[in-house]
Amino acid sequence: MLVIDNLKASINGKQILKGITLHVKEGEIHAIMGPNGSGKSTLASVLAGREFVDIDEGRIDYFGKDLFEMAPEDRSREGIFLGFQYPIEIPGVSMVNFMKTAVNEQRKYKGLEPLSASDFLKLMREKKELVEIDSALTNRSVNEGFSGGEKKKNEIFQMAMLEPRLSILDETDSGLDIDALRIVANGVNKLKRQDTSVIVITHYQRLLDFIVPDVVHVLYDGRIVKTAGKELALELEEKGYDWIKREAEKNEVAWTVNPK
Amino acid sequence: MDSKSEINNRYIDLYRNNIGRIESQSAPFVNSLREEAIERFSSLGVPDRKNESYRYTNLDLFFRHQYKSYFLPGPDDFERAEKFSCEVEDLDVHNLVLLNGFYPTNNGKLRKLESGITIGSLNEAAEKMGDIVSGHYGRYASSDTDGLIHLNTAMASDGVFIHVPRNQVPDKPIQIVNLVYSAEDIFVQHRNLIVVEDNAEATLIICDHTLSPMKFLTNAVTEVYVGRNARFNIVRVQNEHNNAAKLTHTFIHQERDSYASSINITLHGGLVRNSTYHYLGGEGASTNSAGLYLSDKSQHVDNFVNVDHAFPNCTSNQLFKGVLDDIATGAFNGRILVRQGAQGTRAYQSNNNILLTDDARMDTKPQLEIFADDVKCSHGATVGQLDDDALFYLTSRGIGKREARLMLMFGFAHEVIQEIPVEALQERMDTLVMQRLRGELSRCASCMVKCG
Repeated sequence: MLVIDNLKASINGKQILKGITLHVKEGEIHAIMGPNGSGKSTLASVLAGREFVDIDEGRIDYFGKDLFEMAPEDRSREGIFLGFQYPIEIPGVSMVNFMKTAVNEQRKYKGLEPLSASDFLKLMREKKELVEIDSALTNRSVNEGFSGGEKKKNEIFQMAMLEPRLSILDETDSGLDIDALRIVANGVNKLKRQDTSVIVITHYQRLLDFIVPDVVHVLYDGRIVKTAGKELALELEEKGYDWIKREAEKNEVAWTVNPK
Repeated sequence: MDSKSEINNRYIDLYRNNIGRIESQSAPFVNSLREEAIERFSSLGVPDRKNESYRYTNLDLFFRHQYKSYFLPGPDDFERAEKFSCEVEDLDVHNLVLLNGFYPTNNGKLRKLESGITIGSLNEAAEKMGDIVSGHYGRYASSDTDGLIHLNTAMASDGVFIHVPRNQVPDKPIQIVNLVYSAEDIFVQHRNLIVVEDNAEATLIICDHTLSPMKFLTNAVTEVYVGRNARFNIVRVQNEHNNAAKLTHTFIHQERDSYASSINITLHGGLVRNSTYHYLGGEGASTNSAGLYLSDKSQHVDNFVNVDHAFPNCTSNQLFKGVLDDIATGAFNGRILVRQGAQGTRAYQSNNNILLTDDARMDTKPQLEIFADDVKCSHGATVGQLDDDALFYLTSRGIGKREARLMLMFGFAHEVIQEIPVEALQERMDTLVMQRLRGELSRCASCMVKCG
């Protein structure tokens, strides 16, 4: 589904991603962990198509298509969804209008008729129940005045409405209390199908108790320095990131001494 | 003689040459204010850009032009005014039509609604309800700097009169449709007087339209009295063509514990200047002043707001927003005066603007003059582009860039529209604003002018 090959990317001339290679197959859940500043959110931004990140090298294929050739709206229409770390407040734009426009633009892209008002409201009701989002939230402006937890739940609600093939959840767990975390994780699990994949970007292991990954990657200083099964997350929880850093730096020295 | 005084003299001559005709059809009380008013105009003149509150608005071009003045409605006007119907769906109102500033109707010039509420012609009211008119007329509209207010007092002879007696509430809003129609370029001045007595309530909608493509200049004054514990809303919708200049001066005088709101929605117009004066003349009064302007081409929209906190524990809020495209220009000047002794004042002001091109220009100026110490005041102004983060958020959900931009602009504008206290009008404004932002014409179907 997704092939990232030797991706190098910079923000304002500073290289943040220094050669990332990652393959995600249909149905898989990948967790990307790592200390602050390791490049996790930059990777999410590249996948979603933010313009402030410059691609220096490498390629990303999504279902065989060059992702860099696709505008952000087309990535979404092709099934990529980014759950924002900091969802944006948009005063004056109602959630209903936002989702209706998004759903219908996606339908148009697939050659489908727009949903009727009643079908749309029905869909919204179903999805709200599915992800346990307070129905009053959808009567308000997009994220305006939402609490941190409400904003994150709203991301999962949007994910439910758009039914993506590949979801990238950027620190969806940060700042959540345990109840909100459970709701968010349940939502993701309920939406999981055999042909959909999820990349969970997180700083903490806690979320991975609820969303169980197939693969865990550790990102450090712009590189994936370790890849293993779900037990890696537990090890990180126990030992922290320092041993990873030491290991990575040792390798760095080894490469310098004896470049491959 | 410089050209400035030449223009002023032209308007003074217009007065001198026509005062006989004007006075012959107006009530004695209204006439009694004219001579002093023209004197004040003579000394102040048409405001130029040296006048602090007109710094960004050049009236010269419009006042220099030769207009025909209009002193009496003709028989055609009666027909035209009565044929006009507002096309806003589900807008249930008591409707009044002014044509070129006059109230032409065959069905009686004053209408009595339920519970002693009166609506109709100001000129007629000055004759028939002289005690009420003389108790308020000319009492609130005053200025030491703006000669146009005095020019209006000197020459206006008709407009709308509304009287809501104590404790009464009309069953529905009252709508004034201001039509300008003429085969020649004309100068129109009318005067409205609205009296909402203690504990009474009223909502007034004023719609400004132009019906023919001539050059028009309107200089209108509206005086409003809001009694103790009374509530009053005024919504003004301006939709005129690019050759029209509209200058409105609205004075809202509030008594103790009263509430008033004013919303100016400017969809279209060549030059628009709205001056709104809020006088909080009793403890516990509160007022909301809002505005939205969408301008393109070479349009110019200027909002001037003056909030006078004269008594303690009053609250005021200003929210003005604009979207400017092409080479459009705009100005906002919000003055908050907190007088000595007006403790416990809360006064807020915000003016936000989106410029869609590098050539559009917006001048915004807060002006706070505070002479009391227990006061909460805030003001903020922004002039910028659409928020990139918000734009990305929308596109990341599959919404195309053009549509996303429209949604953001609409959301920006909707914050003002949602302040409109009449739901049917709110919906209609949402639709018109969306059409306007999409670049489709937002003029009402009744407008014959292709503004293009």
